[in-house]
Amino acid sequence: MWDYTPIVKDHFLNPRNVGDIPDADAVGEVGSLACGDALKLYLKLDDNKDKILDAKFQTFGCASAIASSSALTEMVKGKTMDEALAISNQDIADFLGGLPEEKMHCSVMGQEALEVAIFKYRGMDIPEHDSEHDHGHAYPDHEGTIVCKCFGITDTFLKKVIETNRLTTAEQVTHFTKAGGACGGCIPKIQELIAQVLGDADVQPRTRPEKLSNMKKMQLIQEVLERDVRPLLWADGGDLELIDIDGSRVQVAFRKACAGCASSGNTARMVEVKLRDLVAEDIVVEEVSA
Amino acid sequence: MKEIYLDNNATTKVDEAVFEEMRPYFCELYGNPSSMHFFGGQVQGKVSEARNRVAALLGASPEEIIFTACGTESDNAAIRSALEVFPERRHVITSRVEHPAVLTQCRNLTQKGYRVTEIGVDGAGRLDMEEYRKAIDDDTAIVSFMWANNETGVIFPVEEAAAIAKTKGALFHSDAVQAIGKIPINMDGSAIDMLSLSGHKLHAPKGIGVLYLRRGTPFRPFLVGGHQERSRRAGTENAAAIIALGKACELAGQHMEAENTIVKAQRDRLQDALMVAIPNARINGGGAERLPNTTSIAFEFVEGEAILLLLSELGICASSGSACTSGSLEPSHVLRAMGVPFTCAHGSIRFSLSRFTTDTEIDTVIREMPAIIARLRQMSPFGREFLKGQA
Repeated sequence: MWDYTPIVKDHFLNPRNVGDIPDADAVGEVGSLACGDALKLYLKLDDNKDKILDAKFQTFGCASAIASSSALTEMVKGKTMDEALAISNQDIADFLGGLPEEKMHCSVMGQEALEVAIFKYRGMDIPEHDSEHDHGHAYPDHEGTIVCKCFGITDTFLKKVIETNRLTTAEQVTHFTKAGGACGGCIPKIQELIAQVLGDADVQPRTRPEKLSNMKKMQLIQEVLERDVRPLLWADGGDLELIDIDGSRVQVAFRKACAGCASSGNTARMVEVKLRDLVAEDIVVEEVSA
Repeated sequence: MKEIYLDNNATTKVDEAVFEEMRPYFCELYGNPSSMHFFGGQVQGKVSEARNRVAALLGASPEEIIFTACGTESDNAAIRSALEVFPERRHVITSRVEHPAVLTQCRNLTQKGYRVTEIGVDGAGRLDMEEYRKAIDDDTAIVSFMWANNETGVIFPVEEAAAIAKTKGALFHSDAVQAIGKIPINMDGSAIDMLSLSGHKLHAPKGIGVLYLRRGTPFRPFLVGGHQERSRRAGTENAAAIIALGKACELAGQHMEAENTIVKAQRDRLQDALMVAIPNARINGGGAERLPNTTSIAFEFVEGEAILLLLSELGICASSGSACTSGSLEPSHVLRAMGVPFTCAHGSIRFSLSRFTTDTEIDTVIREMPAIIARLRQMSPFGREFLKGQA
């Protein structure tokens, strides 16, 4: 049995916002019957055509696909379209208290449907969705060439997911996108893409800025925690929350597996080293129990 | 919550009488059956009795029974042995719908230079005997076909297939894990050389299996380093589990008729009622001869894991051929080999009954299942289109 969180179970058993919006402003559709999951997302905008007033969904898929869709509709309501576009698949998973890694593709499907809905509304070119196609496109065909023939997934899309989720193995890419999960023929290509993405990151090594305003410093601390620290903790089933920043003092609280972990002191030092490397030399990380 | 257990092809309840039979052999009669003293000797006596009971269910002789740890070990031992016995033969035949215990081993053999032919099945899950006849040749070391399929219950004509193997001098093995105890099996006069059995599928505990080895069949042991099982399977006997399996086989023989009348009637009632109550459903393998306890039903436009979890909320235990339950991303290899349409391959649910299944339990599933499917179809974009079309 999958180890679903109580929030996932709740959103599966009592899904919010199931249905359709007949006069929806934006509709996003991803997935297919052949692929085993699909999501149709409806968005209703306010009179200024900016803020999302209402969201509804229809999902074909497993419990975590239904829960991810339900969570997504709750998350976007009341947000402007730009705010909504900032929602990452990890945000959806976080909202649900986490997803088993093998099920992360469900959160990716949610994020993708949202993007498609808004991009289409803004008149961007999104190819027509073909849900009847046997093993058709799991995700809309971005620019780029198909890598995974079984699920119809392009290199452009894979690189995006690899980069935003900091994936390092082909197995992770399969868990997040399904690519490589059927015949497995594209796994070498996926490994190449991972190498490319990691390589790109190496081309522009990030260094500590010379001078930082207080405001910029706080932003950078948050960014490093999100991009460089939390994914490392997730890998071990842990997490952290930023509690406060006071000058160079950064207060964090450890969550999940990290909470109460005997080596959280070491983890705090690891966070400190990262922040000193990438933000400012004088940063001190303190663990608080908030 | 009291469970309604309809997942007996996954594992079964240990029969209380079986448990009572094995109970003394842990803390009281714990001697080693191989020991010279009276204390081990009395265990040896019970192990022999168990061997006789297993042999009786299979229509075999006691010395043809080798106790193993599980069905998977029996499958692995049978295929490995055949390849060692015929080192000059480099071809293996199996089917596309075998259990991974056979299929994985065969696929690994291709990396060792063997030719492996996987025989296909038709839409009802029936073995393509024509393809098999064409595939077998003098290079074939072993043919391994399951007796009955774990997902659909479809029964293969293993006797006929074994007779064909014989004409080419190949050994024939059958993974009969799902068939034994559910349908009569008689090894007396059979052309089958080897057969695998697993205790926990017929109300014995987990961790005990049998490899039936026809008298006179050449054999190379998988485990060596002891004289147990006539040196065909080294390792101290799992005496308590062997004794339990003996009792379970005796009971299976006694319940065989009920399995094929009462259990079969329950299974038929369940699938017939669901087919009437739920539109756009189909029975996987419905056109073929099947085990009396198994039905696999595909529901269009919905996904299996979601169905299983909603059933589970009501205490109903079933299983699915869907991708999402197993962590793989494609529907089961069995359903794909059968060419089950992709519109419903993801929504297949297997109910497998046993002699402990009650009519009330079947009533509950018949009552609850239509609402579960309707609820998920209402949520599914494809289901909604379908429901709209119906209205």
